[in-house]
Amino acid sequence: MEYANPWQRIMRWVTTTNHKDIGTLYLMLSLVMLFIGGGMALIIRGELFMPGQQFIDPSFYNQMITLHGLIMVFGVIMPAFVGLANWQIPMMIGAPDMALPRMNNWSFWILPFAFTILISTLFMNGPAPNFGWTFYAPLSTTYGPPSTDFFIFAVHLMGLSSIMGAINIIATILNLRAPGMRMMKLPIFVWSWLITAFLLIAVMPVLAGAVTMMLTDRHFGTSFFNAAGGGDPLLFQHIFWFFGHPEVYIMILPAFGVVSQIIPTFSRKKLFGYGSMVAAIAVIAFLSFLVWAHHMFVSGISLGAELFFMYSTMLIAVPTGVKVFNWVTTMFRGSLSFETPMLFAVGFVVLFTIGGLSGLMLSIVPADFQYHDTYFVVAHFHYVLVPGALFGILAGVYFWIPKWTGHMYNEAMGKWHFWLSVIGVNVTFFPMHFLGLAGMPRRVPDYALQFTDFNMVATVGAVIFGFSQLLFLVNIIKTIRGGKPATDEVWEGAEGLEWTIPSPAPYHTFQTPPEVR
Amino acid sequence: MALRGLFKKLTFIVGGFCFFPALYAESALNMPRGVTPVSRDIFDLHMLIFWVCVVIGIIVFAIMLYAIIFHRKSRGYKAAKFHDHITVELAWVIVPFIILVLMAIPASKVLIKMNDTNHTDQTVKITGYQWKWRYDYLKEDIGFFSNLSTPQAQIQGKEPKGPYYLLEVDKPLVLPIKQKIRLLVTSNDVIHSWWVPQLGVKRDAVPGFIHESWVYIDEPGIYRGQCTELCGINHGFMPVVVEALTQADYDKWITGHKQQAQQAQPDKTWTKEELMTLGEKSYGTYCAVCHQVNGEGMGDIYPALKKSKIALGPIKKHIDLVLHGVQGTAMQGFIDQLTDDELAAIITFERNAWGNDTGDAVQPSDIRKLRKGDES
Repeated sequence: MEYANPWQRIMRWVTTTNHKDIGTLYLMLSLVMLFIGGGMALIIRGELFMPGQQFIDPSFYNQMITLHGLIMVFGVIMPAFVGLANWQIPMMIGAPDMALPRMNNWSFWILPFAFTILISTLFMNGPAPNFGWTFYAPLSTTYGPPSTDFFIFAVHLMGLSSIMGAINIIATILNLRAPGMRMMKLPIFVWSWLITAFLLIAVMPVLAGAVTMMLTDRHFGTSFFNAAGGGDPLLFQHIFWFFGHPEVYIMILPAFGVVSQIIPTFSRKKLFGYGSMVAAIAVIAFLSFLVWAHHMFVSGISLGAELFFMYSTMLIAVPTGVKVFNWVTTMFRGSLSFETPMLFAVGFVVLFTIGGLSGLMLSIVPADFQYHDTYFVVAHFHYVLVPGALFGILAGVYFWIPKWTGHMYNEAMGKWHFWLSVIGVNVTFFPMHFLGLAGMPRRVPDYALQFTDFNMVATVGAVIFGFSQLLFLVNIIKTIRGGKPATDEVWEGAEGLEWTIPSPAPYHTFQTPPEVR
Repeated sequence: MALRGLFKKLTFIVGGFCFFPALYAESALNMPRGVTPVSRDIFDLHMLIFWVCVVIGIIVFAIMLYAIIFHRKSRGYKAAKFHDHITVELAWVIVPFIILVLMAIPASKVLIKMNDTNHTDQTVKITGYQWKWRYDYLKEDIGFFSNLSTPQAQIQGKEPKGPYYLLEVDKPLVLPIKQKIRLLVTSNDVIHSWWVPQLGVKRDAVPGFIHESWVYIDEPGIYRGQCTELCGINHGFMPVVVEALTQADYDKWITGHKQQAQQAQPDKTWTKEELMTLGEKSYGTYCAVCHQVNGEGMGDIYPALKKSKIALGPIKKHIDLVLHGVQGTAMQGFIDQLTDDELAAIITFERNAWGNDTGDAVQPSDIRKLRKGDES
């Protein structure tokens, strides 16, 4: 596009209502946040390389773990999936754009301000939020630093953005499908996002409620979370995890969707069990509302509650297992090839399964008494979030970037990126299982001597993983600038409407709806 | 492929468990089996679910690996056409469900046993404080605080670290073996969590609520754990140490502890040197984590004491601040935590160290007067 002056160039992005532009903005924000949050992770791992205080004090350490968690969850994984949704959903269902383009613009442009506010707390007088991303009361209320109020405001903004994004996605999928695109013909990625969007609408208001109650506890004399005034600190945990557990699935369901697009493509074979895949996502989403207290097994809930939440949590293994079995069966007797998106998708299935199995171990309440709040849990949720959610995003970007830019990415560099990431992730997080079992609590800035070896290994892995993401950065910048032209179909086994339009995708697509047979 | 590395790792761990039983007795790879009936039940459950997971993982990954190796386009393999199979799809809903039910049975049994706090022999109340534990023996009328005893110099890397770095305290919780002891866990400020892996006990300490747990220790020994719920800046520095004694040794300890309390001399006048010696030690335990050994504090939240208005100002105000803390800040009140001797010594130390040479020597009796004044 031609611009008369730089101002126009900037304003194009500020005022855009085009789903492709907004998708790009979301993905860019997520990329920037990935390196900020990743930098914090490296600070944490650097401090933990050896026992003793190395180069940051415990107060700063607590700020780092808090911001690392918040940025990775709300600033990397969630925006990246919304970015993928913005780019792909209209193209996959044959719609000209999102249903609510102006709201789409607003829901993105809230986010840079939210994260500016959140990160600005690091430069304030007094500590930034230092109570962990779970911000348990009363540590975050009575004992929270003044910057907590900025954190509360930032979380409100993020919630607004997510709710509007979710409404937009639901409206688009339900109303703008091309003629003949019945619900049970929707690509799995679209299905996964439809269900995720309902989860978002259900739980983001709950999070908003939790932080609002924090705010009134801090400043207006309410005592929701203060026993001295008739409240209960555990009430906070119930509310938080009623948001928090569906949130976990908000971060993984779209990744399921991405992987379910990629594996059939590179297996040159239809997805096995489409119907059961959709059903499994729906069942997982439903169960996700019934398991929240499994984060609170040692907090003093009653025996009856512990039994109920143990059973409901174990039950989630069934639909999750169905998904894994279906992916493996899709690959079985396919005609497989291993381009970068497929590598990341296969890596996803293997490593996510490991995270899922350790999740099954965590559901056994008596054993959870030993695992809870140790590095075993840290290993578990990093396995489902890094080689899980993040690999899903990376796979999706490699898969669709030829369509977005019209250029093929550098395959050799992509493969290097994959192998270094896989090695880095496992070297970082696998030893954490041992650390947790041996008794190392999470969120400690220093540790006893017997934990030294595995912490050193983990730090080495983190450095490998962190720096190998620079390959990804270089690769996508090069792909945006140029590279081998991509065909319309891009991949040999590709199926779906998005592969019928030219590469790069024109600024406006499907202005007249395609006919789906 | 990704699997190869993984298999190597699995072989390593699985091989470790199979061929070197000593490995999980001592090394830091696995959960400790522990010294209580509950901890052993937990360990068995843990190993059971671990093996279930390993077997499931191996089956799934083996099938996948087979496809990855043999069903490749580069080998000229042609893709099959199947994409649905209702029997198979039902089977992998039903089979995992049955496995889960079989797992849930022993897990429920252990859980119910763990929750049975009836018929206990005695009760110990555990209270979490930022960042120390208090233990009260309800039957014996004994209570004391248990603080980290690792010196700051080791944490800062100025001294070599001891073998129990960060896992040692000044006064451990002493418990008799072969008694069912009820633990009442609560907190004075934020949520903490009391955990000793060897005992299989982990309980959140929630302010305003008391939660129960229990322990029955089989063998005498020293068992170490830590706080596991993020509770502020020194969350990593509030270990739990339990010393389990035989009944005879335990009775001796109780008697000794009570005699010690009686031997205190309330009317003794301390010399400044005595106060400074005790003061330096106590300051290191209670104050230095925030205000630092050099008295320079950390930023605005943990103000410097060196040349500070408080330490150089009126004594009464200084004592009052240490006794009651400062509302809305990280400074807590130490009135219930420290003895008059310790308080006098710490305040004397703060008024004379780091070039704060006021020359004041605060006596325990001064503290007692203010403490009483508070009560009236």
